Amino acid sequence: MSSPASPPSPSAPTAEVPAAAPQPSIAELFLAFAAISLSGFGGVLAWARRIMVERRRWFTADQFNEAFALCAFLPGGNMVNFAVIFGARIRGPLGALAALAGLLGPPMILIIAVGALYAHYGDLPALRRMLTGIAAAAAGLMLATVAKMARPLFNGSFKSSAGIAPIIAVATFAAIGILHWPLPLVLLVIVPVGIGAAFRNTGMRQ
Amino acid sequence: MKSESGALFTLAGFFAVTSLFAVGGGNSVIPEMHRYAVDVQHWLSDRQFADSFALAQLTPGPNLIIVTLIGYHVAGIAGAVVATLAMCGPTSVLAFIVGRASERFTGAAWHGALSRGLIPVTIGLTAASATVIASIADFSWVAVAITLATACIALFMRLHPLWSFAAAALLGLAGLV
Repeated sequence: MSSPASPPSPSAPTAEVPAAAPQPSIAELFLAFAAISLSGFGGVLAWARRIMVERRRWFTADQFNEAFALCAFLPGGNMVNFAVIFGARIRGPLGALAALAGLLGPPMILIIAVGALYAHYGDLPALRRMLTGIAAAAAGLMLATVAKMARPLFNGSFKSSAGIAPIIAVATFAAIGILHWPLPLVLLVIVPVGIGAAFRNTGMRQ
Repeated sequence: MKSESGALFTLAGFFAVTSLFAVGGGNSVIPEMHRYAVDVQHWLSDRQFADSFALAQLTPGPNLIIVTLIGYHVAGIAGAVVATLAMCGPTSVLAFIVGRASERFTGAAWHGALSRGLIPVTIGLTAASATVIASIADFSWVAVAITLATACIALFMRLHPLWSFAAAALLGLAGLV
């Protein structure tokens, strides 16, 4: 995914000021996550890093990576989890709520407006035809995401792939994508297998 | 037809449970949302689900904003709010607790094994999502070609995805899809 061009940053800190920025207020948290959310077409993560680490310096790069790694294995939206963890570390429960409200509020208002327009005009032939094309492109974008994610799994560079990781990926795909089995049932079986295999592998290497 | 509050409870229950199985992010539960909203509840048609996915991709915000759109479709603004809160509430509480706890033991070995164990599952789920979306979005050879071309452009060229969407919309508008 290509990252968007550098954003206009009137308040960007200069390189001569290495001191950490003061802790953001509740309102600043809300506004920062609203900005991340609304600018994050396609690649919210890149924008989050730019705003949190480079522009505002609320997080060091290491802190950011550690918090984001945590979000990767927690269930739910990655950015939602990130907003909660980040907001909580800075300002406790209220900070988490402010970050969450900033992340979700503005896009919710936008998408409800889109939904209302779709309910009124969704059957117009011109719009109908455009959406048919866009839906096909959206499917392609997700296909590209899959290809990027799967590459290390199948070319052998994935650390814990003692042969079983690609099998787990293919089995999950078949159960959900082809057989259309209910997600909770599939995950209750496959997640313990996946984590067990990763643990066994970690143990053997140590 | 169910009563309004019945629909809200159904939305809340479904998204609250499903969110806990969203391994690797919101995109992982697209097939489950499609299975339930289209096949089980008949809230939307395949076409409307594909449209919702496309509209959510076009609107800035996190991926899981498609949940808001489905909720809106089922029960108006109340449905939109309930579905979104159900999708984000339980996992946010979990993230809050784990985030607090993890400050004390960062970099533990189980941490790495856990995320490595989940990566193949996430990949399988995302592949399933792409398949489900393609199967309901692509009914013509031109649509299949748009899907493949967009995937190739995203993989091999540094072009913003909005350009692919614009081109696909124009092809559609011209009646070619």
